[in-house]
Amino acid sequence: MWAPTDLRWNERYGLQPVNQASRETGALAPEENLPVNVTVIDYKAGNLTSVVKSLRHLGAEVTVTDTPEPLAAAQRIILPGVGHFAATRRLDETGLTPAIRAAITRGIPFLGICVGMQWLLEGSTEAPDQPGLGYFLGHCERFPEAGEKVPHVGWNQIDMSDAPPSRLLAGIRNGEHVYFTHSYHAPLNTFVRNDQGEIDWPLAAQTHYIEPFASALEWENVFGVQFHPEKSGETGLKVLKNFLCFEGYGL
Amino acid sequence: MLTRRIIACLDVRDGRVVKGIQFVDLIDAGDPAALAHRHAQEGADEIVLLDITATHEGRATLLDTVRRTAQQLFVPFTVGGGIRTAEDAAAVFEAGADKVSINSAALANPALIGQIGADFGAQAVIVAIDARRAARRNPEATDPVHEARVFTHGGRRDTGRTAVEWAREAESRGAGEILLTSMDSDGTRAGFDCELTAAVSSAVRIPVIASGGAGTVAHFAEVFRAGQADAALAASIFHFGVSSARALKESLAQSGIPVRLPC
Repeated sequence: MWAPTDLRWNERYGLQPVNQASRETGALAPEENLPVNVTVIDYKAGNLTSVVKSLRHLGAEVTVTDTPEPLAAAQRIILPGVGHFAATRRLDETGLTPAIRAAITRGIPFLGICVGMQWLLEGSTEAPDQPGLGYFLGHCERFPEAGEKVPHVGWNQIDMSDAPPSRLLAGIRNGEHVYFTHSYHAPLNTFVRNDQGEIDWPLAAQTHYIEPFASALEWENVFGVQFHPEKSGETGLKVLKNFLCFEGYGL
Repeated sequence: MLTRRIIACLDVRDGRVVKGIQFVDLIDAGDPAALAHRHAQEGADEIVLLDITATHEGRATLLDTVRRTAQQLFVPFTVGGGIRTAEDAAAVFEAGADKVSINSAALANPALIGQIGADFGAQAVIVAIDARRAARRNPEATDPVHEARVFTHGGRRDTGRTAVEWAREAESRGAGEILLTSMDSDGTRAGFDCELTAAVSSAVRIPVIASGGAGTVAHFAEVFRAGQADAALAASIFHFGVSSARALKESLAQSGIPVRLPC
């Protein structure tokens, strides 16, 4: 169990100072830079087939694991997931949580998709007893009752106009559509502690449905998307490709 | 803004698409994989593959068809037809489907909805409802829309349940979406049954996909407005070259319906 503390996450877990140059490499790398290795975590939350298929389509070599051992040597990690936040309990039970924390601390590029993104926060009202990783500060909440359909299902726009340039969303135009299917979301005011220990804003994109929410988060080597890049056509493939082309820190 | 979805439906028998030909430049115009890919390129928001194979031998080709179709498809992909058990569903997911559509099997065993959802998430379970207005069979019906009945076996068997009540039960059992086909409108190209769609859509909080009767672009605008549909399914409108998904969406956008326009 983690409780939010005054220490910034990187300091608590010993992340090396970030290389400013690599932080700014947001552009698509040339095709020949692929293939790369990516480890996809299987915690029995939904179907991995689509994610794995998309990554292989982009030329990545994909390893799927449900145990922590392979994460020690992983070059990049994706935590997918559809379904209930409570399913992330399995990450704690199998020892994957500390292995993921260690990999993030090593500077490995990490991408959480849907519930995999929500887990990067401190928790969710969907399963109040189940803590998240706490990398991002905030709790996921259900869409408010407003006469609109819940879950939020379908293609909606990502708005990057209030966010600094994103490495994950590089090359994607403001307002492009991506595919969502979820009832809970990270609030717009999801935070992170920066190098100076101050509260900072990791928002990469927001989306509006009933209310604005964080649809993409990005801080150093950690990324999260509420939408499904593997189901979002060419736009989604571009997101995954950006992730595969990001080298991370301290590799 | 959340857009209204246009879903292309491929009816497949023995591994071949059985409705019409639109894309003359495709090498194999009856190949589900090639057609699904083209529909996605043309701007269809999702693809539904409906297996209408009757024979046991033909069913064996389904998983291969699903696998080949999923290979190059990066939009949501639903498979329906002949899924009777949680094991059937698991095999289809394993082959690359994102959602399954279940119909008579869910009516026979409503617990199946929750069983599939427990392993693959509620978003992966679409309950398909084939409904017919009460007036056709019962001229005494005071509210033919709300008394519209659910049918199985291609409309030959009346389940005795109303579409609205069954949609509510499906939702409470964990369905992620409802695919509502009006048997009165299906095949007519005279427009969707907007009243029936609105009755079901307003009765549940999950998305409702309208099906049956699409003939013109205006029909889609009607079912999104008056019918309160979250998505609309179309098969023949694409296959017979009446319209492409792209042309359909451009036209809908002009009439103020929010849609995702292909790049």
